[in-house]
Amino acid sequence: MTTKSVTRRGVLKSGAVAGTGLALPTIFTASSAAAYTNEPTGGSVTLGFNVPQTGPYAEEGNDELLAQQLAVEHLNGEGDGGCLNTFTSKALKGNGILGKKVEFVTGDTQTKSDAARASAKSMIEKDGAIMINGGSSSGVAVAVQGLCQEAGVIFMAGLTHANDTTGKDKKANGFRHFFNAYMSGAALAPVLAAEMGKERRAYHLTADYNWGWTQEESIVASTEALGWETVNTVKTPLASTDFSSYITPVLNSGADVLVLNHYGGNMVNSLTNAIQFGLLDKVANGKDFKIVVPLYSELMAAGAGENIKGVLGSMNWNWQLQDEGTKAFVKSFGEKYGKPPSNSAQTCYAQVLLYADACERAGTFNPCGVVEALEDFEFDGLGNGPTWYRGADHQCFKDVLVVRGNENPTNAYDTLEIVEITPRAQVEYDPEHPMFSGGSLGECNPGA
Amino acid sequence: MFGLNKKDTSLLIIVGLLTLLAPFILNPFPEGSAMAQFNAGYPDLMQRFVIFGIFAIGFNILFGLTGYLSFGHAAFLGVGSYSAVWMFKLLSYNIIPAIALSVVVAGLFSLLIGFISLRRSGIYFSILTLAFAQMSFALAYSVLSNPKFNLTNGETGLQVYADDPQILQVANSPDLPHLFGLPMRATYTMDVGAWSFDFNAGYYLCAIIMMVVFYLSIRIFRSPFGMMLRAVKSNQQRMNYTGLNSKPYTLAAFVISGMYAGLAGGLMAAMDPLAGAERMQWTASGEVVLMTILGGTGTLIGPVLGAGFIKYFENIFSKINDNVLHSWFAFLPDGLEDAVVFVIHPFIGKGWHLTLGILFMLVVIYLPGGLVEGGQRLLNRIKRKKSKADDAKSGKTEPAE
Repeated sequence: MTTKSVTRRGVLKSGAVAGTGLALPTIFTASSAAAYTNEPTGGSVTLGFNVPQTGPYAEEGNDELLAQQLAVEHLNGEGDGGCLNTFTSKALKGNGILGKKVEFVTGDTQTKSDAARASAKSMIEKDGAIMINGGSSSGVAVAVQGLCQEAGVIFMAGLTHANDTTGKDKKANGFRHFFNAYMSGAALAPVLAAEMGKERRAYHLTADYNWGWTQEESIVASTEALGWETVNTVKTPLASTDFSSYITPVLNSGADVLVLNHYGGNMVNSLTNAIQFGLLDKVANGKDFKIVVPLYSELMAAGAGENIKGVLGSMNWNWQLQDEGTKAFVKSFGEKYGKPPSNSAQTCYAQVLLYADACERAGTFNPCGVVEALEDFEFDGLGNGPTWYRGADHQCFKDVLVVRGNENPTNAYDTLEIVEITPRAQVEYDPEHPMFSGGSLGECNPGA
Repeated sequence: MFGLNKKDTSLLIIVGLLTLLAPFILNPFPEGSAMAQFNAGYPDLMQRFVIFGIFAIGFNILFGLTGYLSFGHAAFLGVGSYSAVWMFKLLSYNIIPAIALSVVVAGLFSLLIGFISLRRSGIYFSILTLAFAQMSFALAYSVLSNPKFNLTNGETGLQVYADDPQILQVANSPDLPHLFGLPMRATYTMDVGAWSFDFNAGYYLCAIIMMVVFYLSIRIFRSPFGMMLRAVKSNQQRMNYTGLNSKPYTLAAFVISGMYAGLAGGLMAAMDPLAGAERMQWTASGEVVLMTILGGTGTLIGPVLGAGFIKYFENIFSKINDNVLHSWFAFLPDGLEDAVVFVIHPFIGKGWHLTLGILFMLVVIYLPGGLVEGGQRLLNRIKRKKSKADDAKSGKTEPAE
């Protein structure tokens, strides 16, 4: 290594360079003129649709994207208008939002918090998106929600089921239409009691991450309130594809119900393993062995095929519902894409319309105005019946569906049948419920 | 200047100019034009360019000089991010302690992993580092995030909550990462006609740090220590036979590159205060290998170019969807338009991996030295043409005696 003695000239030179470097940041202190982040100035407004297009939930993501595109069409007055005709709020006219044409950009969350945030950031910073919608994982939802809060845009969550999204991780700029693990437990418990009796011994297999734990906690709490006993709760690594080693101990544990707190590919594999081991044909404690999958989706049901027959679970929404909102949405989705929508698609569609409607009613795109318009908003006509966006935690309250794997499906889409529509009152809870406490909404942030 | 020879000095100056003027260079297309899709001059991506540049520069010190191929460098990046976010949670949003701790922790962690992994070389070394990185990923993803001992917050990623202690947080200081009050998110937008250029505080901070570590890496390359590392690469056995113990050298290189990765991780958290476990996954480790090879292993500037190349694809190509394509080819007749979109469709949007893969193959097959070799060949060709032209000219004007 060469050494150099310090010269006067050298010191001056480096001093000048360092000085320029230090002075440089002062040019950033000038504040900008916009009232809030990405205020739309032209004739159009940009929404950001951030969904998993690759990775384990890619199918759900693509379904969400289809629904979001449909929502944009309906907002711009193209197509048959879908739920705009059934929605109880009549603020939307089919001429865009506040007279501005709706445009959208898409991004890939890859179901990774980091990638999702990068993609959302680029939509906000580069494309000027004023609202971010979509996603199929609670981890991603919480991460993106935090980003939107910091950046000063609205986040309308897609599929996210963990309690934390509107619990300890809730944010003023974030809203969730989807139901959560607590509601699953509250809706399932009475049906389980009716079908299986009050003296059951349950064994839980839980995906070892945030969502899995909150769901396990919720289901354990609500089943134990019934009088059930929890024999054991076992965490399984998220990356597992073979669950046989976790299923074998179930047989000798004295349990007579297996609860699978798994989602997506995990659930498909664990359920398949359980069926292969013949759990459903077993008799334990003098009762028929049963399996429960607390969170269902159409795509999982399709993946598990025959195995889901008779297995109980819960859902946010199903295309077989008979209310006007559902019928209108299923009709326009079906006519455009030739298949019924999944419940993740429906939640994204509803969220986009709800956002647009809130902007219309607030008369501004300013996030603080939108937050105010959405808080404690009561509406109907988007499916699920009368719905309430609670102001205290930005969680939607509506009826929850208990479904069962169809014994005799007639086509590829009715693999699930609705057992019961649990009324909203039964799944409501206090915002300070211990499973949800710990966070605070904070102040709405308009950015800039 | 700064103890560098003329060639290295000019390289440093070129890199300096490129990073300083990046907001202009990366935004060549006017806003609102069809080509604006290809603009990369927005703060988040520019920050990523330089942060992954730092990561790759560090990786190159290990892989480029010693030839030890580590498949677990993302672990150090992740550890750096986690320690930075913990500093935000415990002390304050000032980024100085966060970045300092991230470098230190990554250094210690790499010392531990390096000490064990460097007992083997070649493929065994790669597998060992890969195993350690996957182990760290699993720890961060579930084991260390259980409700009783929550160090990483698992799948959601570690973030700062309102009820965190933040004992050094002064009143009125920004509620997001800042450098003595200057928020990293602060951006000054300059509108020039149809163009708009973003100057972001966080980007310039990263850029300055990258210049410093780039300079450091040049010094390492040119030092006797660097020579020793090269000797390890060319023939470690012979080196051992001559009585030299190569282990301290390789371990030092491993720790230095681990600290570079930690620095990159710390900066990532400083730009966006969230640390996700995915940044420790093996795909992230593989990415930095790709960056280095794509840019040019063992060259000074190669890794930075490779990092920029891959991040550009990840962020720009993945966002082109069918709607954008249709708007580009709207001038074609309907049937033809659909056909063109159908052909291009697999290569854009979620298919960006495919495009990147093809380009990677082409580079590795035709330019084994990476993008740097491509640049050199181009330069040589131009030079040769010029000198030929000169020869021809002089041949005409200077008659033989």
